[in-house]
Amino acid sequence: MPIAIGLEGSANKLGVGIISHPQRLSTPQFPHDSAYSEDEPKPHGSKYVSPPVEILANLRHTFVTPPGTGFLPKDTAIHHRRWVVRLVKQAMQQAKVKLEDVDCICYTKGPGMGAPLGSVAIAARTLSQLWGKPLIGVNHCVGHIEMGRAITGADNPVVLYVSGGNTQVIAYSAQRYRIFGEALDIAVGNCLDRFARVLNISNDPAPGYNIEQLAKKGKVLLELPYAVKGMDVSFSGILARVEEMAKRLEASQTGSDGPWKDEESGEPITQGDLCFTLQETVYAMLVEITERAMAHVGASQVLIVGGVGCNERLQQMMGKMASERNGSVYATDERYCIDNGIMIAHAGLLAHKMGFRTALQESTFTQRFRTDEVLINWRD
Amino acid sequence: MPASRLLPTPFHGSEEAFHMIAQGAEGVVYRTNFLSSNSSTSPSNDISGNAALKIRYPKPWRHPILDRRLTRQRILAEARVLVKLSRELRAPGDGISGAVPNVLGMSSEEGWLATEWIEGATVKAGIRGWEERQRVLREKAQRGDDVASEAQLEVLRALLRRIGAVVGRLHVCGIVHGDLTTSNMMVRACKPSPMGKAEAVASTSDDDKLEGEIVLLDFGLAQQSIADEDRAVDLYVLERAFGSTHPKVMEGRYSGQSAGAMFDEVLQAYAVATGKAGKITLRKLEDVRMRGRKKSMLG
Ligand SMILES: Nc1ncnc2c1ncn2[C@@H]1O[C@H](COP(=O)(O)OP(=O)(O)O)[C@@H](O)[C@H]1O
Ligand SMILES: [Mg+2]
Repeated sequence: MPIAIGLEGSANKLGVGIISHPQRLSTPQFPHDSAYSEDEPKPHGSKYVSPPVEILANLRHTFVTPPGTGFLPKDTAIHHRRWVVRLVKQAMQQAKVKLEDVDCICYTKGPGMGAPLGSVAIAARTLSQLWGKPLIGVNHCVGHIEMGRAITGADNPVVLYVSGGNTQVIAYSAQRYRIFGEALDIAVGNCLDRFARVLNISNDPAPGYNIEQLAKKGKVLLELPYAVKGMDVSFSGILARVEEMAKRLEASQTGSDGPWKDEESGEPITQGDLCFTLQETVYAMLVEITERAMAHVGASQVLIVGGVGCNERLQQMMGKMASERNGSVYATDERYCIDNGIMIAHAGLLAHKMGFRTALQESTFTQRFRTDEVLINWRD
Repeated sequence: MPASRLLPTPFHGSEEAFHMIAQGAEGVVYRTNFLSSNSSTSPSNDISGNAALKIRYPKPWRHPILDRRLTRQRILAEARVLVKLSRELRAPGDGISGAVPNVLGMSSEEGWLATEWIEGATVKAGIRGWEERQRVLREKAQRGDDVASEAQLEVLRALLRRIGAVVGRLHVCGIVHGDLTTSNMMVRACKPSPMGKAEAVASTSDDDKLEGEIVLLDFGLAQQSIADEDRAVDLYVLERAFGSTHPKVMEGRYSGQSAGAMFDEVLQAYAVATGKAGKITLRKLEDVRMRGRKKSMLG
């Protein structure tokens, strides 16, 4: 019963997870011992099934900064160093696993912020040396995708990966997660976070969550740029425009010009309207590029992963889109879509079972690590 | 079919004459007869017709104001660009053969656009078919590697060169496409006649499926632009679409070449078709690629 510990710290969340892959449902398949070649359509019924997973512990501690501020790499790294030992101890207690049953220590190799990645890599190396366990460096994005597939059972979905640092539309083909579309400038989560800062919206539990709550009170759709290029999007123009709107709103509330009113209804524009406008616009863009990828690759399943994937409005829009295509949407709750250690443990264990190891001298971290760089040899 | 999928007004109530061909990214495409005398005589179970009707049904998942705005904008953009390109894309004399379907009718309010029906297959289907044939050949020869014969590779390279040339011509016409993928281009079915001129026919053998004229489709995201940045992004979108959709072709698994060599066929033909301005665009493409690679993951 393979068991892995996963450490995640690529942004402001520190996560420690312990996972076990209890049994294989299908008979083990060896790469060269199958009746079909890798390009052939698979014989009916033998399609890959993500191994059932058992979550033994999934702990997270988030570095929350005051409203109006973002998290800086240095302070975030300090936060992770301060909490990592406590979290690992607590996870081990909760999981009730014996040290000798642990197969490997998995950690996020990238992408993400340098300093926080570094402190977690050091923690992972230390555990590996201390306990004599192999290290597995994991691509953060692959962690999200594999965890999403395991939890939802989505077999071969188009994946929308949306977080503070990433915006990608991904589909699997020939042993890699191929990037079909992405944000050409800033990530969607970054756009939301920076907008929240201008409006002094709280970072607790997450700026995007608070924008979503405010958006529920909004009614007026103001006009923002809509920047879709094929399966790519860009958000910096939208951010600049909505920041201007935020300043105009502030000025109209304090200044002598009187309130900023909606031209049609005559009602004053509110913070809620700005949040509503921003959400409706950026999520429409994301659903559009996902739909374009689905049409292009001929898929009907869509899986949403990453922190922004918790957003209920995005999930709802995606669900309607998928049902118009006779397909379905798969999403997870905040335990799995927000950065966590369990996804690193899971993806690491999949690689470990294929014989992958990260030697100590190679156990580095990297701020840039593209999703399509990883050989996904556990899928066929 | 969801309730939001009733045919718009002029077509309402004549569903049996419409054959759904594809649910594209933005619209549903039907094959039908458009304003032609034989429309009433065509039997309903026969999939034929002179027109492709693309209907952009309302998308219930996005805000109705935004939905109306985008649908209108895109139908207008698509129709306008198609009309311009059907005059200008096929410039005489330089041997570049590329086309767009002629516009037959449209309504930006009702959300539809009818164009000439193109006989043939998408480039995506064409390349997938080519890959499938390689697999069969390899199996027959009981070979383990993927390497294809020079003759087979040349068919593919010629296709890529024709695509590069047509995209170059598109840019010279002052248009950027905005969504260059292998789903949005077709290879017109043709067979070489004894005179050596290509003529359109309904079906051909697999081997010349990749040899017809390139027809560009789906101009909803197109723009009038001659900016190098826009042109370079157009090429970047195409490069990534090729790479993600046809990874084995683009990674050089059939040719034994390095990754990128195949797409260079596209770019070289593009350079020939665009001349001086194209050189600047290709240099800009380097920047756009670097930006993509170097982009901070933090935003
Ligand atoms: N004029 C046409 N002739 C034949 N097939 C067409 C034509 N236009 C579109 N198609 C088919 O329909 C598909 C979708 O059309 P497209 O214009 O790309 O719509 P969307 O914007 O929804 O992607 C194309 O990939 C192609 O297979
Ligand atoms: Mg299309």
